This record gives sequence, C-alpha cells and structure tokens, in this order.
Amino acid sequence: MREATTDPQKPRRSRRGGREGRLWPAHVLLTLGAVITVFPLVWEVLTSFKSFGESVRVPPTILPAHWDWSNYSKVFDSIPFGQQFVNTFVMALLRTAAQILLCSMAAYAFARIRFPGRGLIFLGFLAVLMVPGQLFLLPQYQIMQDLGWLDSMQALVIPGMFSAFGTFLLRQFFMGLPEELEEAARLDGANPFTVFWRIALPLAKPGLLALGILTFLWSWNDLMWPLIVNTDPAKMPLSAGLASLQGAHLTEYPILMAGSLLATLPVIVVFVAMQRQFIQGIAFSGMKG
Amino acid sequence: MSLDVRTKPAEPAQRARQDGLDQRELRRRERRFQHRDKWWGYVLIAPAGLGLAVFYLWPVVQTLYYSFTEWGAFGGTSWIGLSNYRTLVGDPEFWQSLGNTGIYTGLVLLGIPISMALAVLLNIKGLRGTGFYRTFYFLPVVTMPAAVAVVWRWLYNGDVGILNHALSTIGIDGTYWVSDPHTIRFAVAVVGVWMTVGYNMILLLAGLQSIPGDYYEAAALDGAGRVRQFFSVTLPLLSPTLFFTTVLSVIQSLQVFDLVYLIIGANTTNALQNPAFGEGQTVVMLFFQKAFFDNQRGYGAAIVCVLFVLIMALTAVQFRLQKRWVHYA
Repeated sequence: MREATTDPQKPRRSRRGGREGRLWPAHVLLTLGAVITVFPLVWEVLTSFKSFGESVRVPPTILPAHWDWSNYSKVFDSIPFGQQFVNTFVMALLRTAAQILLCSMAAYAFARIRFPGRGLIFLGFLAVLMVPGQLFLLPQYQIMQDLGWLDSMQALVIPGMFSAFGTFLLRQFFMGLPEELEEAARLDGANPFTVFWRIALPLAKPGLLALGILTFLWSWNDLMWPLIVNTDPAKMPLSAGLASLQGAHLTEYPILMAGSLLATLPVIVVFVAMQRQFIQGIAFSGMKG
Repeated sequence: MSLDVRTKPAEPAQRARQDGLDQRELRRRERRFQHRDKWWGYVLIAPAGLGLAVFYLWPVVQTLYYSFTEWGAFGGTSWIGLSNYRTLVGDPEFWQSLGNTGIYTGLVLLGIPISMALAVLLNIKGLRGTGFYRTFYFLPVVTMPAAVAVVWRWLYNGDVGILNHALSTIGIDGTYWVSDPHTIRFAVAVVGVWMTVGYNMILLLAGLQSIPGDYYEAAALDGAGRVRQFFSVTLPLLSPTLFFTTVLSVIQSLQVFDLVYLIIGANTTNALQNPAFGEGQTVVMLFFQKAFFDNQRGYGAAIVCVLFVLIMALTAVQFRLQKRWVHYA
C-alpha cells in the first residue's frame, strides 16, 4: 500500500492483478475477522440439526452425526410459532407502512412548506428524538391498559407507527431535492399535497426505502415493548416468544437454535437482497430509532 | 409519478413573462400559494405530530411526574416529593446496576478500534470481495437479539460449550461464563462488541470514503509514509465520524437491555438463581423489574429519569471534549 508515493514505477500499480497480489495481508485479516464473526451463527445452524444427545456431547462434534430436521418441527409444538410469525410480520409491516406515510408527510411539510410555528413544532420532534426510549414506556403502557388494548395487535403496532427519527431522516432527503421541480407544478395550480404525492415522494424513494428497511428490522427484533404489552403467547411476536421458549425449555438448545434461525431468517433474506439500501440507510442515518 | 423529472422546468420568473404576467401579479400569486400552503403544512404534520405528542412527548412529562409519586396498591398515585430519589441514592442494587452498565459501555467502546481497523482495511483501493466481507460483518447487526442470546449462552456453557472445549485443548480450565460473577460482564460485553462492530464499521467506512484522495496525494508528495498518512490525514479527517460513533455507542450502551436480559437469563423463572445476576443486571433491567413486575412505578420512573439525566450529561461532556480532538474540515 505505498501506491501514493512518487515512484517512477507508479503506472504499473494501476494494473489490478499486481495490486490484488499485494493485498493478501488485508485479505488474511479480513477473512480471519469474518470467520470469527460468522462462527456463532454457523454454530447455531449446525446445532439446530443435532439431536439433543449429540448437542451435549463432550468433546463436541462439529458437523451433526446425522442431520436431524425434527428440531424445526418441534419449534411449532413448543410455542405457537406460526401464529407468532404472523404477528411479527403484520406488526413489522404495518409499522413500516405507517411510518413511511406519516413521516414522509410531516417531513415534506417541514422541508418545503412555510407556516407559523414550524420551528417550534420541529423542536418538539427533535426532543422526542433525543429522549431514551424507556422514558415513554410507563405512560404508553398506561394508555394501552386504559384503552383495553393489552394483548392485542393494536398495542404492538400503534405506538410504533410514529417516529421522530423517520421524520428527521426523510426531511433531510426532501431538503436535498431541487426545488424547481415542485415550483413548476405549483404554478400550474397543484396543491401542496399533490406536489408532495406526485413529485417529491417518488424522488425520495431511496430515503423511503432506507427508512422502510430500518423500521422493518427494528420492529422485527423489538423485544421490550412486546414483553410488556403482550403476555399471551398467541399474541406475542417472535422475539418475545423466543424469550419465553428459552425460559420454558431451558435445556432443549437444538430446538431453541432452530426457532432462532427461523425467526431471524426473514430479516437476513431482506438484508441480503437489499444490502445496498440497507447500508446506505445506516450510513446516512447513523442512528437507531 | 407521471411527471417526467428529467425535463428541466422553466424558471418561475421566465414562465411568468411567457404567460404575460407582471411582477406584481406574480407576487400576488406567490402570497396566495403561501396562504394556502400554510394549512397544508398543518394537515401534513398533524398525524405524525399528534401521535408523537400522545405517545412520546406527553409520556416524558408524565414519567417525570410519576418519579415524584408512589403507586398505590389499587392504582392511583400520591405525591411523595423526592422520596424515590432518596431511596435510589441509598439503594445498593441501583449503584451496582449503574456500575455494571458503565463497565459494559466502556468495554463496548473498546470495540470501536476494531471497527476502525476493519473499515480501513475495507477501504483499501482495488480490494476485491468487499461486499462479501461487509455482509459477513453485518450479519450480527441484523440477527434478532433473542437468537443471539441463545447461541452465545450455548457457546459459553460451562459443561458442554465449545469455548471451554477450545480452551481445554490448550490447557486452560474454563468457567461457567454467564453465571460466574467474575466473568459475566466480560462475557456479555464480548457479545455486545460482536453485535456492534459491523454497525460502527459501516459508519466509519462511509466516513473514510468521504475523505478526498487529494489529501493523501499531497501528504505523499511531502514524503509521508503509510503510517504517517494514517495519523496525519485519516485520523483527523475521520474524527467527526469517530466522535459521532462514540457518542452513539455510549448512548446505546447505557440503555442496553435485550441482550443482557436474555443472556443472564432474566426471562427465565429461575433468573435470581443465577449467582451472577447482580453483576450482570443493568439500569434498564432494574427499571423494567421495578416498573412492570414489582409494581413500583414511581421508583421505576425515577430510575429512568436518572438514566436520562446521565445520558444527557455524558453526551454534553463528550461535546465539550470534542474541541480537543475533533477536526472539522
């Protein structure tokens, strides 16, 4: 990696093969790190295919002696896994859709429309952004209890529909769009909602996608709120269901691993499929909601 | 969506001239738009704003209020002033959980140099397979914490865990990592680092990629070697990102819950039989316990209020200190 020096041989370095050859120490380090990082997940996969007897064998076997698929079906007997899967999916999807819609509306207004009190209202949004999540929990629980929404899908979804973070993220996107595009439509008589819906929103697609992916991930993995509001196993999402499975079947680790993998799989699939948007979203926001 | 954004629209003034409008007419139109827009502003913000006010902003005020009250046996609150806070100061459980949280935060911060090293390696020009590496390092970030806890508890298992087996092959006797008071904090922090390295790496990589290549060329012309370039160019120019990463890590670590809760087994009925429970318990776990299980909501509220003040204070200190080491180009 001395390519930046004023060396007479400099042009030769631009040849890819030569450079790549000298980068092997970087590859060694990165591969070593990657192996360490992925090992626990690989171990989870391997253990999920072992019988209980094999999983506790000393010394441990690396590959399962015979691949036992029954742990995956046992997950469905131990907890209402299918129901919890549906719960998680519906919760994550509704939260994500609502956040994209509500946050983008507010974000557009903050970015483009002048009205009295805008600064003050935005300050309120920023305040929410800065407060740690635990400060909301008690009164939120109280509201759910008063409405009779404990152990319901509403409890899982509704507070998660609103996000100061999402509004902030999308506001940044709208501010970055060239204003002229909207001005033309406005002079033609379109109202701000039409301009927002037909012009600004389609242009902000990368931002919407980033927010959507992040919201989906956080909702899918969310644990504390579901633990508090939904205690009926049939009404829980997977995160809470897995936690309770761990309590009830403490020693059945292969089943736990199988359940964990099934629960995580959808997010991994989304991540692998939309990696670029995912990483852009993280890099752009740098924050957790 | 039907509008083609690639056609550059005419400037408003130019359009006005084409339409034969004079300046006064144009201004009048603009005023009319602004008047009409005003209402649209409120309409667009209302749903998100009301939701945030009801579910987030007002709850903060309420929690603050709760922290000065005692929760009666049949609901209802009575004002007890600073009593909860006084109890807090004398509560060894609170101080221990605070200490545990502090140690966890410190240990997780040690992961930032690892993220930094990985980001620097991935930023090498012409390196192939970066997407591949990125995917692997990022997998722990997207894995459900409940799943993470399951596998790590198993790796750490004192009897049949692979960690102890690996250690025994080099002649070291392992321990029951998550139920040994001496090791639990480190055991949990290792998982914390494992889960956050990929996340911080992505942030730092974005920071590195925003450093213009000219700086390195200039430094090289001045005879700076690779190491010198790192300390004189990379580090100062990356310092805003490093600062940001540090602040975020501290804020998030102080609020750690899921991971620790699941790893020390607080979700199980026999959690308190874990001899290391006290050494593992964090502030948010204590809050969770007090507010939702012991029915001491006022006390729980006081705990999170103190945590909030602490986070604010630590963040403020970091912003103070940044003048010493953060360089904005």
